[in-house]
Amino acid sequence: MALLEVRNMTHWFGGLRAVHNYNLTIEKGQIRGLIGPNGAGKTTIFNLITGVYHPTEGTILLEGEDITHLEPNEIASRGLGRTFQNMRLWRYLTVLEHVKMARYSKLTYGLVGAFFGTAKREAEEKANTELAMELLDLVGAAQFADQLVTSLPYGIQRRVELARALATEPKVLFLDEPTAGMNPEELIQMMEIIRKVHDQIGMAIFLIEHRMKFVMELCETIQTLNFGEVIAEGTPEEIRNNPVVIEAYLGKEVEV
Amino acid sequence: MTTETVSPPSTRQRFRAALLKAWEPYRSVPLLGWLVAILVAVGLERLVGLPLAYLLGMSKVPALLGVVVVLSDPIRIPSVLIYILLIYVVPIGLVARFTAPLFNRIAAYLMRYPLLVTALVHLLLLYADLHLWASISDYRILVARLTMIAIIVTLSLNLVNGYMGEFSCSHPGFMALGAYTASVFTLVLFVNDNRFGEAIFPPSWGPYFFPVGLVLGGVVSAIGALLVAIPSFRTRGDYLAIISLAFMFVVKSLFENMEVVGGARGVANQPDYATLPIVFVWTVLSVWIMNNFVRSTMGKALNAVRDDELAATAMTVDTRKTKMVAFLFAAFWAGVAGGLFAHVLHYINPDTFGIRKLAEVLAMVYFGGLNSVTGSIVGAVSLNLISEALRPLEIYKWIIIPIMLILIMIYRPTGLVAFTEFEIEKLFLPKGETSKGAGHGTA
Repeated sequence: MALLEVRNMTHWFGGLRAVHNYNLTIEKGQIRGLIGPNGAGKTTIFNLITGVYHPTEGTILLEGEDITHLEPNEIASRGLGRTFQNMRLWRYLTVLEHVKMARYSKLTYGLVGAFFGTAKREAEEKANTELAMELLDLVGAAQFADQLVTSLPYGIQRRVELARALATEPKVLFLDEPTAGMNPEELIQMMEIIRKVHDQIGMAIFLIEHRMKFVMELCETIQTLNFGEVIAEGTPEEIRNNPVVIEAYLGKEVEV
Repeated sequence: MTTETVSPPSTRQRFRAALLKAWEPYRSVPLLGWLVAILVAVGLERLVGLPLAYLLGMSKVPALLGVVVVLSDPIRIPSVLIYILLIYVVPIGLVARFTAPLFNRIAAYLMRYPLLVTALVHLLLLYADLHLWASISDYRILVARLTMIAIIVTLSLNLVNGYMGEFSCSHPGFMALGAYTASVFTLVLFVNDNRFGEAIFPPSWGPYFFPVGLVLGGVVSAIGALLVAIPSFRTRGDYLAIISLAFMFVVKSLFENMEVVGGARGVANQPDYATLPIVFVWTVLSVWIMNNFVRSTMGKALNAVRDDELAATAMTVDTRKTKMVAFLFAAFWAGVAGGLFAHVLHYINPDTFGIRKLAEVLAMVYFGGLNSVTGSIVGAVSLNLISEALRPLEIYKWIIIPIMLILIMIYRPTGLVAFTEFEIEKLFLPKGETSKGAGHGTA
């Protein structure tokens, strides 16, 4: 049984078919990539699988269980963590609070604990703080724990977002353009962090990326998307030389 | 700093520097020291306040720092100033300054005990201050109780409008539900009343069951809040504002048309259960519980939902539950505050809980500061005292207060002390050795 399986997923936005007959299988510990030109529907696929939208047709199975119609927070607490293309950090929370927030569904102290500050709450908050600090340490952002995210450099904000996603204890981690807007140096650092995280925690990763260097180095297999359909699938080497992919990105050569 | 050495300091800068220097020794005064200093001042007022007031040509002790006296009779300005100086400023200043080392040691000593002990010591002192200050006149007792009730209402509204970032207008409605429920509860069970008949239980039991009535009032308003929350939390945006405003008017006209509770004439005769200590205890309790809530991860989820709902859901936060809980919780406290309010005034009618009340509460929230427990307390206390003090100006009061609000909105759009945490633990700490050393150096 595959860890995550998407079968024949199709989605319509009104009269526009954004995703057509999409299939995906991710096994434990795999890193897979999703590439494609702008507007191909990559983020839509992410949003469909993570429950932001519900697909018009098709089923999504996480560890054999149907999660197609669950709400995003339920899907996330079942082990499907994600990051966003434009980060979506919370303006008035500190870095540490960001990471601790992702533990929300694991909290068991309930309203009594929240209202009266019981010993159980103290213990749980403390354990979550420790876990959050470990994760921040893993991505190299621990020294910023008490700062508001808005005051941090862009590269650090990206790492905070990654730590936040990790705190949901994902079995599959969805990364939506983790290096968008980064300079080459930050890009290499991010690649190392993702590799480190993958080695230590061992979850499967599914990522959207535009930087070919990044995708080619990290991913075992890559899907190429164009107009909502997978036009090619294979190892980085196969994808790089696939004429269909080149055509999708660069256009067709016209004979004069 | 560098420009100061080049050009001679302006009067304003010199004034600022002088102020800072004068304040320097007080930096090392712990909260404990301030509370004791205030206790000395209010004790002094109780002993010699009245004779001093007579001596200065006033008929009674100026109730709210003499603002009322000054506004109705400007010729008294010097005597009021002398009174304030002699009774408050000088004793508080002297005591706070010269007992600072002692109380720093005591505060440090208290740190060795559990937080609860320290908190109780501080609260007892705070209550002693309040009690001594208020018991000079009935008017002060009334103002003190209404101010504390305003704190509960403001803080609970801040949960929705500040922490959750939605705009709710239904707080007067929740207060009305709580006020009527608690009133009917006490009047039916413990009071021989023309409208509700003979008391069912001995009236002497009443004060002991008063908390039950208050909680019942809170629960009823929480149920009312559910009616608002179910339709309006399906979407974001202005829906909550509109639905909650409608809810406020619905509640008001509901009570206007319920002859059982007196219709537009309202309900009177509530016994004097909401005494100063009772209101104080409820206020402390509500601030403690709400502060606990907003500092937990479950409470912080409100901020996450406000700042980015999509990210919050992706991080496993149940946004709907989070919003519902906070809204019902806020309504509960508004209901409790309403119950206290009814028993302080001994009379309520539907008109009490109208648009005027809403404006008052909203003003307190936005004046004090969004997303802040401290801000709510500051807003409730300052606006309440200002509006009481400006009472002699009659209608002009309603020009001055809005102007203040507009100025706040221009210069500090989120309120006086917005987005600050209220950390009880830090409040009680003895003040640092370094600042104390510096204080002695300059003195």
